[in-house]
Amino acid sequence: MASTILEMRDITKTFPGVKALSNVNLSVEEGEIHAIVGENGAGKSTLMKVLSGVYPSGTYDGQIIFRGQECNFKGIHDSEHMGIVIIHQELALVPMLSIAENIFLGNEHATYGVIDWDANEARTAALLKKVGLKEDPKTLITNIGVGKQQLVEIAKALSKEVKLLILDEPTASLSEKDSQALLDLLLEFKRQGMTSILISHKLNEVNRVADKVTVIRDGRTIETLPRKDISEDRIITSMVGRSLDDRYPPREPQIGEVIFEVKDWSVYHPIHAERQVIKNVSLNVRKGEVVGIAGLMGAGRTEFAMSLFGRSYGRHITGEVLHRGKPVDLSTVSRAVANGIAYVTEDRKTYGLNLIDHIKHNVTLANLGGVSSRGVIDDMREMSVANDYRKKTNIRASSVYQLTGNLSGGNQQKVVLSKWLFADPELLILDEPTRGIDVGAKYEIYTIIARLAAEGKAIIVISSEMPELLGITDRIYVMNEGRIVGEMAASEASQEKIMRAIVRGEGKKAS
Amino acid sequence: MSTESAPAPQSGTAEDVKQGPRIAVSALTTNLREYGLIIALIVIMLFFQYTTSGTLFKPVNLSNLVQQNSFIIVMALGMLLVIVAGYIDLSVGSVAGFIGALAAMMMVIWPLGIFSNPLVVSIVCLIVGALIGAAQGYWIAYHKIPSFIVTLAGMLIFRGICQALLGGGSSVGPLPDSFKALSSGFIPDVIGPLTLIPPTVNAAGKTIVGSGLTLHMTTIVLGLIAVLAYAYFGFRTRRKRERHGYEAEPFPLFVIKTLVGSALALFLVFQFASYRGLPVVLLVMGVLISLFVFVTKRMTIGRRIYAMGGNAKAAQLSGINTERLTLLVFINMGVLSALGGLIIAARLGQAVPAAGLGSELDVIAAVFIGGASAMGGVGQVIGAVVGGFIMGVMNNGMSIMGVNVDWQQVVKGLVLLGAVIFDVYNKNKA
Repeated sequence: MASTILEMRDITKTFPGVKALSNVNLSVEEGEIHAIVGENGAGKSTLMKVLSGVYPSGTYDGQIIFRGQECNFKGIHDSEHMGIVIIHQELALVPMLSIAENIFLGNEHATYGVIDWDANEARTAALLKKVGLKEDPKTLITNIGVGKQQLVEIAKALSKEVKLLILDEPTASLSEKDSQALLDLLLEFKRQGMTSILISHKLNEVNRVADKVTVIRDGRTIETLPRKDISEDRIITSMVGRSLDDRYPPREPQIGEVIFEVKDWSVYHPIHAERQVIKNVSLNVRKGEVVGIAGLMGAGRTEFAMSLFGRSYGRHITGEVLHRGKPVDLSTVSRAVANGIAYVTEDRKTYGLNLIDHIKHNVTLANLGGVSSRGVIDDMREMSVANDYRKKTNIRASSVYQLTGNLSGGNQQKVVLSKWLFADPELLILDEPTRGIDVGAKYEIYTIIARLAAEGKAIIVISSEMPELLGITDRIYVMNEGRIVGEMAASEASQEKIMRAIVRGEGKKAS
Repeated sequence: MSTESAPAPQSGTAEDVKQGPRIAVSALTTNLREYGLIIALIVIMLFFQYTTSGTLFKPVNLSNLVQQNSFIIVMALGMLLVIVAGYIDLSVGSVAGFIGALAAMMMVIWPLGIFSNPLVVSIVCLIVGALIGAAQGYWIAYHKIPSFIVTLAGMLIFRGICQALLGGGSSVGPLPDSFKALSSGFIPDVIGPLTLIPPTVNAAGKTIVGSGLTLHMTTIVLGLIAVLAYAYFGFRTRRKRERHGYEAEPFPLFVIKTLVGSALALFLVFQFASYRGLPVVLLVMGVLISLFVFVTKRMTIGRRIYAMGGNAKAAQLSGINTERLTLLVFINMGVLSALGGLIIAARLGQAVPAAGLGSELDVIAAVFIGGASAMGGVGQVIGAVVGGFIMGVMNNGMSIMGVNVDWQQVVKGLVLLGAVIFDVYNKNKA
């Protein structure tokens, strides 16, 4: 057996209000491909950020021993210096620069600041050969596909004398063919003696290339499986094996007739016109019902919701939406709002709030008509509306004149919710409503959701946290790669069943 | 992690009880920028009053000051909305120049018959301004071309057309007196003058110009009405807020603010009344300023412009048609640029190729001195107006002092930089 190259001992990392990692142990041997699997939010990426120095030494507890040496990385530069290179899910390439310029960005062959382009390009050509990419080093990044860009990232890693290559969901945005090629490349590197860590939730890929699998759940290491024990069933059980506790307010659903029905909804990518992002999605939601949409990141759930809400995403949108059995026009946001739909974004800072304005103005923004007559705002009415919703959703602020940019994540979320509640929708689409907020605020958001359902509103909750969906919804659709791949009553659903639906959906495509 | 129990939601009522003092403090600090700016303007005026040996506040100079700077203020109103919406407009000086040339050609050169009437010409010119704004706004709103580039192109295009229209370097005039009244006229005294001190008559039996004191009573009455309305509406809003249980600002602060504001206004009114009355252009400006304060503070469209400048994506996802709103902001800017152009031409009495040249920079500077953010979403009408007057008073005061034009620019540049640094520093401190 080869020697241990990396040992992470008792890593604990706390964010305000959340313990992201607690006593995680990871041991990687030289020359192996070590897979790390876990749900979204389990702590995989956090662990890798600790390892690569994104979270500098001192902000976490525990030890990192790399090649027999204890490491205290102050930043990504230190870890790269030691030969640990991480390739992130979102590629970090500059689109309008060439392959060669990207590979040696910040690390150019130069004398006194004058770049030796010939040397750079010659080295780039050699690196591209290693990763099997047949492209001119002068080609601009924007002119090559995502699969090839991924290879450029790997070539860039190789240029840094990499000892340990970490790939975070490398195939998330790749086609099947490109994914296969990438995995083959990993196996080829292994033959040459390189060590890699592969973070993935595609279990078939893990199955194919990994020598060992470490499962992480709720910020803890559950187990490390050796090659002979790796099987999809085994991994799934290990990933989700957890009971629900009373983190969710009790509710007695009173479900009425179908209010909204979506039929055959298809959407194409706004830039890559040939890529179909949403594929013939049909679903419905009833009065007083909380419907969940489960899926992994990139499954197309946000894209679906935004394309529905005033065509705020995508092109060539086809399909039909029925409101109480009658087709409705949702082609602009104001029409969608007028037809009783509200969409609470997953990214409240970018899409939800005017951060430089105060709570009062944010709460009334989607329904200014409700506090004005003939275009003139009634200041007193607006004030009482803002105070009213501040109490209803329990926004903690000194007054409604506090800037939303200075509120905590949970309170910001409540402001966005208030804004849409004041617009008085029949259907409320909540996209990751509890992302990045602490446990207490989560409970409050769940309580609001339960109350709205009890008032007879139809609610769709998009969430990557499966326990949350199981805890607060009545019915769950499972979405994967733009398709609905499963539908189940929440009472019959389990994390395992959802995960199976996702994995099968992926398996179908591979065969 | 799994054992964490959910905390019971806390009641927010405990925080509601004692809000009075905190709101008072926050009202003071949030308005500090606005008060600070007005105080700065007063300090600058007093400074020049001293250095020019009392010339600055002389009635005739005050009238000049207003007439010279009114077009900057008028265009600054439009520019404020443009900048709050998150854009910029570099073309306003050229558009003003072009409209001035167009007006002069229509009134003096082209045989238009009845359509060369100044009123008709003015209306046509304002419509042309709207069309220019729409043409530029269209590319910015619907094709997402950066406003800097579109209006830079507009700046070149309309200056070129302006010069071509006037046939190279020549000027076109003289313009009819009824048109010139827009800039250099005074409101008629319908009540009749009141002579407090009869003018001195010299030995030759002629009155000495400037001696004695005769008040323009219409101006006095208008001024009194305006001040009373200001105090009344301020008081009424306060009462309304109190009735709803929302404390606005401490009563003494309110009284001091109202008294100081009224006293200043009455002083200026008195100065104007002792000369030839209110300049027409000041009345136009006053109406426009009130209108834009109302639009930005009280109307939904104003609120939407601030929301769009603060976060365009969030505004769009809140159901705001950001494209149409952008177009409207630029149409408004076009109309006000045209009005600015008419005012310039009326003041000069003729159209010249260089009319309004470089004034876009003064206009933009006024808005930024007034506290608007280059990132959009922040800025007040009153701020832009006071910013415009700060620029104007400095121009006027330094000219009287005989400061070289080159150095005047240096001083104006330093004031602009200083005002913005002050803003950024304040923001970071908060």
